[in-house]
Amino acid sequence: MKLLQLPPAELRRQLATSGLWLRTGPFSLRLRSSIGSVAKGLGDLYGQFEVRNPHETFADFHVSVDPQIKLRQGLRSKVYFSFDGVAPFQPEPLDQAYPMLERGLDWCVSEHAHQYLMIHAAVVEKNDQAVILSASPGSGKSTLVAALALSGWRLLSNELALIDRKTGWIHPLPRPIRLKKDSIPLIRAFHADAYFSGISRDTANGSIAYMRPPKESVRRQHEPAKPRWIIFPKWVADGALEVLPRSKQETFQYLTQHAFNYSQLGTEGFRVCSALIKQTDCYDFQYSRLEEAVAIFDRLAASCVSTKAGN
Amino acid sequence: MRAPAELVSHIFRNPEAIQGFSMEDWDKLVRQARKANLLARLHALLIQAELDAGIPAVARWHFEAATTLAETHQGEMRRELRRLRALLAELEFPLVLLKGAAYVAADLPASKGRLIEDIDLLVPAERLGEVESALKHADWQRVGLPDYDRRYYRRWRYDAPQLQHLRRAMVINLHHAIVPDSARYRPDANKLRRRATEIPGFAGLTVLTSEDRILHAATLLSHDDGLSHGLRDLSDLDLLLRQAASETDFWSRLLARAEEMELGRPLFYALRYVQHFFATPVPDEVEHHLRSSEPGNATLKLMDGIYTRMLAPAHRSCTDAFMPPARAATYLRTHWLRRPPRQLLPHLVYKAFIGPYQRDPKPA
Repeated sequence: MKLLQLPPAELRRQLATSGLWLRTGPFSLRLRSSIGSVAKGLGDLYGQFEVRNPHETFADFHVSVDPQIKLRQGLRSKVYFSFDGVAPFQPEPLDQAYPMLERGLDWCVSEHAHQYLMIHAAVVEKNDQAVILSASPGSGKSTLVAALALSGWRLLSNELALIDRKTGWIHPLPRPIRLKKDSIPLIRAFHADAYFSGISRDTANGSIAYMRPPKESVRRQHEPAKPRWIIFPKWVADGALEVLPRSKQETFQYLTQHAFNYSQLGTEGFRVCSALIKQTDCYDFQYSRLEEAVAIFDRLAASCVSTKAGN
Repeated sequence: MRAPAELVSHIFRNPEAIQGFSMEDWDKLVRQARKANLLARLHALLIQAELDAGIPAVARWHFEAATTLAETHQGEMRRELRRLRALLAELEFPLVLLKGAAYVAADLPASKGRLIEDIDLLVPAERLGEVESALKHADWQRVGLPDYDRRYYRRWRYDAPQLQHLRRAMVINLHHAIVPDSARYRPDANKLRRRATEIPGFAGLTVLTSEDRILHAATLLSHDDGLSHGLRDLSDLDLLLRQAASETDFWSRLLARAEEMELGRPLFYALRYVQHFFATPVPDEVEHHLRSSEPGNATLKLMDGIYTRMLAPAHRSCTDAFMPPARAATYLRTHWLRRPPRQLLPHLVYKAFIGPYQRDPKPA
């Protein structure tokens, strides 16, 4: 059963009582929250995801977002995220409840799922070839990922690249894409059907919103993909379109620094990371217009198909 | 058979009980074991019992990920110990490893599935400064503490504060004693050190004899105020005891040493609760002998009420309404054991009323 098949009142009831059982990629969640914005955000963004009977008993992560004290009128309460009794973050104002849930889910995965090498990066796929997109904050990575996801690329993940340690393939975790509020009109202009929710003021980074992951990406959330490119995108206002090869050694170093669990995996981390670098081409990519950027990515994917056909 | 609320020790006592587990039981077991830091050790136990194939597919990665982490930790620990040995080779006295680092270095069963973040070193009190400055030259730095705590440590604590490596996620605790000088049970650290034996493969590093290691673990259990790793520590003790039991005369050596060090009472409690949770085999004569160390009936009932709660995993699926008083009682008891009331009272007043309102200094 999909979440969108649950009537909103039932969704709220499950969230407030037994907890909502939800599957995202390889992980099952049990979510509890009495907060309206959390129920709304989930209803808006996770409609295509699998839910099960609330009496389903095994879940990987039992999490909740709740007010610190009982909400009373006129009293500004803070909310906190909890993973089975552990609160990894400081409490935040009520309007941060939904972003806190998303951040908390990222935390749960990155702290525990050591069956993967986990890299802080986005992943999209076309023609069975996956691109890992990594960039420092402010490079417009998420905006580009959103545009690609709306242009026929399959979204595997926006924050966490899960590299299977045994196969080297990437497992999807196609959760909502977090975007700065300024990107919303840009993406709307790019694709009229893009749907946003969970808009909230974020004191540190300005306002943010989440884009609903494409239906097709969620439907295929159990199909891993083979990594083919590692691309470092950078948005430059009025900048020229540029694709430059990047040194593998440098990329390797970057990945080890941006992996959540490289050191936790010891020599295994080195092995998985080396194998990943070996089978991928690495590029620095500069763009100013989303349409042009997407066209370049499409050409990249097509080139690969033609070489395969040529072989 | 209906499984009890606390599943972790239930499975340690009866591993084959997983065969009758419902998914609800697995859900609870994974969560409780994670809280107790025993996921990897439970995994090792199930593998050893050839029962790991019975772990359902959806729950399997939790155990495997924990095992991966434990194995990396142990590899890191071995490398760190080798570096440490090279670094401290100049010193003319052997370093004694305690607790987790010792279990790993000596390759004891108690290292199985054990996450180890700290290296605990026992050093003669008069050589502390020397060891610390050698470490400081090799990028180990004191962890910053609020002023009050720093004074308190220097004055009353049995160990020097921690040293953290500048680049590696590793911490060294330098101890010159096992418990504070003011404590009720105060094993003489020099006596322990004198008998320490060298570890094959780690020349210059030593570990305590089995009986001393067990007495040390028992004493710590009595002095641990939070018991945040209570069940894990008790599981260590279980594995230490099971292994040592195969040595000739182990039990008589243990009893004699407990008597010599005046540690009968902590040993009594440790054996009582390790049997309660892990069904560790203890010979009748040993229990009989320790009866002289047993407290009065009322005290024992109270202690049972407190410790059977405090040592269970701190997960809401296996705690009850008596947990808060048990926690408060443990805190008071351990501090009571650590120092006389004249010292204890001002400390508790500071911690309760003044400390929370002091701003922490910025980390250095």
